[in-house]
Amino acid sequence: MDFAAMADYLPLFEQAMWLTLRIGWVGILGSLAIGLVVAVITHFKIPVLYQVARVYIELFRNTPLLIQLFFMYFALPRVGVPITAEACGMLGLALLGGAYMAETFRSGLEAVDPIQTESALSLGMTPAQVMRYITLPQAVSLSIQSFVANIIFLLKETSVFSAISLMDLMFVAKDLIGLYYKTTECLVMLVVFYLIIILPVSILGSVAERKLRYGAFGS
Amino acid sequence: MELLGLDVLFKGTNMARMLGGLWVAVEISLISVVISIVLGLLFGVFMTWKNPVARVISRVYLEIVRIMPQLVLMFIVFFGATRVWGINISAEVSSIIVFSFWGVGEMGDLVRGALTSIPKHQYESAAALGMNKAQTYYHIVIPQAVRQLIPMSINLVTRMIKTTSLVMMIGVVEVMKVGQQIIEANRMVSPNAVFGIYGIILLMYFFVCWPISLLASHLEKKWSN
Repeated sequence: MDFAAMADYLPLFEQAMWLTLRIGWVGILGSLAIGLVVAVITHFKIPVLYQVARVYIELFRNTPLLIQLFFMYFALPRVGVPITAEACGMLGLALLGGAYMAETFRSGLEAVDPIQTESALSLGMTPAQVMRYITLPQAVSLSIQSFVANIIFLLKETSVFSAISLMDLMFVAKDLIGLYYKTTECLVMLVVFYLIIILPVSILGSVAERKLRYGAFGS
Repeated sequence: MELLGLDVLFKGTNMARMLGGLWVAVEISLISVVISIVLGLLFGVFMTWKNPVARVISRVYLEIVRIMPQLVLMFIVFFGATRVWGINISAEVSSIIVFSFWGVGEMGDLVRGALTSIPKHQYESAAALGMNKAQTYYHIVIPQAVRQLIPMSINLVTRMIKTTSLVMMIGVVEVMKVGQQIIEANRMVSPNAVFGIYGIILLMYFFVCWPISLLASHLEKKWSN
């Protein structure tokens, strides 16, 4: 192991990490927003929008992110929709994550016992109040595990961004391996930096899971 | 056709080449799926052991699988193995190694989840009815565990097929790489090929994965009550 070389590479990897984090968090927040909207649409079966939402969910859940990115980045500009690599990464991640988050929200909403809704309605709550105070808190606490799994999945998926020439961790590692043949050092740093990004999320996720489980009915 | 660049698909053997590329991707995932299911079942049982050493091993293994992106693992196997041990692993074999490593972890976790989710009273009721250990497993535990396990492992298969798109990054010539070659070759004649080809690849993956996902959710619904 050549530690001097590793110290030299450190700033490059650090820069790449910030890029990954920036795209990752925008993408994840976007995916939560899309997911919530789509889940509400599918939960209440709003006509027309429901069909569109189903097509969106199935299409994005059943195709790889890499190909979605290639399509958005290389193919869309050819038919007149220009997009920068970074915007493409954020959009791709948000759309992919949105489809997954929507399913998670939806299954959480479905998992809440109908008795809960009925009781709340019989207590005189409006449907909006039922959603806000009864259904949503329970749905979130029931599906927190899947949310954390989705977030980790999305952060892992950011590793394909190098394919659309974003200078992320994979790109830097591959580049440095090609330039200086310090393969072991680069791979070690790659692993360390992904641990720095994802391990805290994984740990925070299990803490949040334990805390939020109290929100579930009957525990 | 011209506008969307779909004409390129029907030139020469392009369509056959693309399907050949798709087959490479599916083949890699099928081999890995078989390995993952067989070893994953064993690993899942291993994960339910109370032995502290077994618990530490399975915990660490699972965390690696959960945290490391598959692409990073592929780089480690493909570039790292050559560098550290001087053995030359082909890109196909290293992707199968990585997918199996990943699949065994995920599958093991599913098996563990299915086994531990069977309530204790099921075992006790079976014992109260006079069943021995083998009978309990055969008639009570395994049928329930399998019903939980099968839809989830089918989902794992679609995830694996989708992840095979990454193998082009370590140089396996699969559908994506073939598509790129076709686009490059026709750059001058039909510059819009990029739209058609990537669109078709997107649809190819969709029509491979979608029926499998439908099957999984159908089984899940059918067996949930």
